[in-house]
Amino acid sequence: METHEMDVQPDSKQELLGNRTGIMTNPELSIEMIEGAKQSTPSSGGDTTNLASVKAKYIEEAVPIGSSPVMVEVSENGESVGQFEGLAVLLDKLGERLAFERQGTRLYEAFLQKCESVPVDDASGPSIEELRHICEEELEHFHLLQNAITALGGDATVQTPSADVAGVLSHGVMQVVSDPRTTIPQTLQAMLTAELVDNDGWQMLQDLAAELGQDDLEEQCRRAYQEEQEHLEKVRDWLTSMTMDEASGSTEELDASAEEEDTQPKRSPKSSTRSRKSKNTGPSKSKKKKKR
Amino acid sequence: MSLDLMKEKGVGLEEQEFNWRDIAGVPTSKLDSDAFTRVRIILMNGIESEALRFQHACARMNKELQLASARVRRIEQHQQTMVNWLLPADLSPLETTIGFEQVAIEVTASVAEHEPDPYLAQVFRFGLLEDFDHMYRFSALMDRVTGCDANNILQSYTDILPGRPTAVEHRAPEDDLREPYDRKKAAPISKLNAGTIMAGEHQTHDYYMTIGPMFADPVARQLYAEIASIEEQHVTQYESIIDPDETWLEKWLLHEASEIYNYYSCLQYESHPKVKAIWQRFLDYELGHFHYVLDLFKKFEKRDPAEIIPESLPEPIEYRSHREFVRKTLSEEVDLRARKTQFIDKDDEAADSPSVVYREQMNSKGSPSETIAAGYQWKPGTELAEETPDIKKLQTKVA
Repeated sequence: METHEMDVQPDSKQELLGNRTGIMTNPELSIEMIEGAKQSTPSSGGDTTNLASVKAKYIEEAVPIGSSPVMVEVSENGESVGQFEGLAVLLDKLGERLAFERQGTRLYEAFLQKCESVPVDDASGPSIEELRHICEEELEHFHLLQNAITALGGDATVQTPSADVAGVLSHGVMQVVSDPRTTIPQTLQAMLTAELVDNDGWQMLQDLAAELGQDDLEEQCRRAYQEEQEHLEKVRDWLTSMTMDEASGSTEELDASAEEEDTQPKRSPKSSTRSRKSKNTGPSKSKKKKKR
Repeated sequence: MSLDLMKEKGVGLEEQEFNWRDIAGVPTSKLDSDAFTRVRIILMNGIESEALRFQHACARMNKELQLASARVRRIEQHQQTMVNWLLPADLSPLETTIGFEQVAIEVTASVAEHEPDPYLAQVFRFGLLEDFDHMYRFSALMDRVTGCDANNILQSYTDILPGRPTAVEHRAPEDDLREPYDRKKAAPISKLNAGTIMAGEHQTHDYYMTIGPMFADPVARQLYAEIASIEEQHVTQYESIIDPDETWLEKWLLHEASEIYNYYSCLQYESHPKVKAIWQRFLDYELGHFHYVLDLFKKFEKRDPAEIIPESLPEPIEYRSHREFVRKTLSEEVDLRARKTQFIDKDDEAADSPSVVYREQMNSKGSPSETIAAGYQWKPGTELAEETPDIKKLQTKVA
């Protein structure tokens, strides 16, 4: 099938992009498609109202994702001990954080493997030591939560409803991090998503523990939250720096390319070095580290 | 009390109706449903998938049966959808995979335990230990890549232990074919067993082929490629134990009988009320299909269906943990290999045999199943967990 490439003039600053998803990839075909859609008539009238009403019926009839079991210690005379109001919610959220920290450990392991495979010669990106340190702290947080759940009389192996939902949410993060094609900045973007969720999760857990009078747990959560804030700050800084470096590096190349074209005889169009540079999985050379 | 296939008429085809709301109903809960409810859902999806597959093949070769087959298939299609859509959206592809292997292990174990033909029972046990190892490899993948515990799906019914190593399961095609049962002599249960396990394995193969490329992790992609290849071998094995001289209509009638048998088995064990109602409804539908095909059989084959169909169904498949049976089989038969249609000890497998040559070629750039599970030992809460909980010391009950 013939594709209709954009008609690029030799002296145009527009580049032949590799990404074929936009309508300008095949502009003539796109024009035909747009006109065809405008002239067509929907097979049924109305709008998305019915879509919403169908979904509403499912929402009405839905059953919860699942239950959060509460393990209760039973004394010799058969009375349950250790239970307090809010325990089920606390165990549910502890289970959520536990699943997150456990997966977070594996995420950082995968990130480490990627960084060890890709030469990073710039201080704007993460070092192996820093990533390893974060990974170790994620594991410590997992163990902290394991012990906290057990101390409350819970089963730390349970997949609570919130843990299940968190697992679904973080599936995309795992896919991005474990994909050999994603760059360090793209991986950092995924880690930023995870760290943002994690930070809010720890803050909520700290507040919840305080609300329920669980002082020891509150203190543990406060320390973990502090460490998670450091993780978030680092990940954000790395991502920002690498993104700015990439942008400034591209700008410099374009300027250099423009100067070169002004002084050289006209040549046939070629692929921009920008697209090659953006595939580089290592950080670009930065002149200075930009701060947020 | 067993089911009399000739006496129970079920529901006629014209009364077997669906609508989209009915088909795409409220799914089961991943967290709260018993693992065996999920096992039954997955198996019955496979049974229905096989019904469609077989009837399409039959239709391609029998013009006079095309309309009848299209009518029955239309119902089977919607049955399959309704069953499969009982699985919830939060069951990830890898979690579903764990469920698939649990089906393969527990259902094959039940079948192997009750199979009266010693050779066929050996065939089932041979495949069982290979699917058992797949469970171990996928569990390691789940643990080491996603940080999740496969036992959240298995609910402690099924072990996570090495079986016959996946890396040595790769065989030359001639070593996957087995001896078929004799259609005139085999016990009805043998025919039902063969059809059931073949359906399960074919479904598993197709599922892994579909989801394999959805994984970004390269070792996951390799592992699915490897295990999907074994599942194709298993389909070859199990379809080869079925007498190829059975006529098309004979096979069709046996398929319908197998569907009845499987829905009946599910009904005996199901604890989930809504799912149980579906098993009852579809048991009645399958009885209707059976009698529809029975009439065709009498018309075209002009012989007594009692030649191939038992008066009553055999004992149902047992939906329970088969830990003891599996561990015993593992200890006695893990070192078996195959040479043509027979089973041999691994020491008797020649270094230049077609299977060894093939295996070495496939593993020549590394073995994903060995890589992912190197040093892996399952424990509750994953490898990263600090310690295994001492369950016996806990004096608790779930509130």
